[in-house]
Amino acid sequence: MVDFGYAPLEIKIHDLDKANLTLGEWIAERDETFKHCIACGSCTATCTAGKFTAFSFREMCHSIRRGELMEAITESEKCMLCGKCILACPRNVNTRNIVKLVRKANQNFRV
Amino acid sequence: MGKEVAIIGGGVAGLEAANQLATLGYNVIIFEKKGQPGGNAAKWDRLFPNRRHTSEVVNSLKSRLNGNPSIMLSTAISSVTKSGNRFVLATKGKNFEADAILLATGFELFPAEKKEEYGYGIYENVITSAELEEMFAKHGKPVMKNGSTPSKIAFIHCVGSRDEKVNKPYCSKVCCVTAVKQAIEVKEAIPAAEVYSLYMDLRMFGPGYEDLYKEAQQIGINFIRGRLSEASELDGGRVQIKTEDTLSSRPLKMSVDMVVLMVGMSPALGTIELISGLGLKPNKDGFVAVADYHLNPIGTGVEGVFVAGACSGPSNITDSVNAARSAAIEIHKYLSK
Repeated sequence: MVDFGYAPLEIKIHDLDKANLTLGEWIAERDETFKHCIACGSCTATCTAGKFTAFSFREMCHSIRRGELMEAITESEKCMLCGKCILACPRNVNTRNIVKLVRKANQNFRV
Repeated sequence: MGKEVAIIGGGVAGLEAANQLATLGYNVIIFEKKGQPGGNAAKWDRLFPNRRHTSEVVNSLKSRLNGNPSIMLSTAISSVTKSGNRFVLATKGKNFEADAILLATGFELFPAEKKEEYGYGIYENVITSAELEEMFAKHGKPVMKNGSTPSKIAFIHCVGSRDEKVNKPYCSKVCCVTAVKQAIEVKEAIPAAEVYSLYMDLRMFGPGYEDLYKEAQQIGINFIRGRLSEASELDGGRVQIKTEDTLSSRPLKMSVDMVVLMVGMSPALGTIELISGLGLKPNKDGFVAVADYHLNPIGTGVEGVFVAGACSGPSNITDSVNAARSAAIEIHKYLSK
């Protein structure tokens, strides 16, 4: 960064040059519906767990796509696996399976 | 010349093509299964982007229906077959012959009751965009089931569009701008009303559409980026809706007096049966497949059979008029061989 009057807020910036996108690739290899999300929010709107905690499946997926793996893993632990979001998704994303894959990834290779 | 062209469907595309072909000297007959010409447009009060009365456009299109082109109303074609260079169209009771066929069977509105979680047909103040047009035509404003004027209205985009759960994976193209048009009209008719629009993406692709969106913002339409997950009825006929406000990443609920479902375009019933007799297949979305999407969008796989308008995919009126004119030229070329 050149010398400039303001310090960049590193923590707020998505730096896709450095981001770790491997979790997203690992999930998509096992369930390609991960790639089909259009971020409409139907899953979060209908979420049973989301009524009681700040869980958002859409945000979890987005964190993965931006390489924020710890956020995604923390988020995945809030899901009750009820599967209601599968019924709401207009792109047939296999939401429940993707939450399970995030949890599995966490156990397998400790991202 | 005196050659005969049969057009199946008397909506915008069928009427426009008929007018052009009659001008070129062909004998044109339109078969319309409904009792009046104009198709879906005949039921629409006003058009985007300039809120012009639809009747102006439809009346202009049908003003030449006096001799050639002619129209047979309440006449459904049950099958079309080709023998040599001629086509035979079967109706109940009588067969007709023609030298070329134009498919202009249009679209049907998506049956909103298939999205059961939205409550159409169950909750009394959940209506479709088409029913709102009828209300505008009849009362000049939306009216609740109990006769009172709604003060809080939500428009729900993409009902039967971009939704694999109801086998409608495609975008219906015109509903975004229609919702914005109708939201403005509601606000004009009921200035004190709160009007909300729940969208996934706003696809303002046409001339004047983005201006309409800006106008909606200026007069205070509230846009929420989120898709409806479900609706439930409250006491007094009000409706509670749930979505995610995806821009703030938080679930959102609100109660409104009326919910308007922006129903998409589905292939017209019976069209697939009609074309299968000619050996033609629908495309993956169930509309008539065209010969070449870029270079021959009005041709089909059968020589002498052409297609125009929304029966080959979601179209606005301008698209249908353009396709109809292209079809008229292609039919002229085909019949002049």
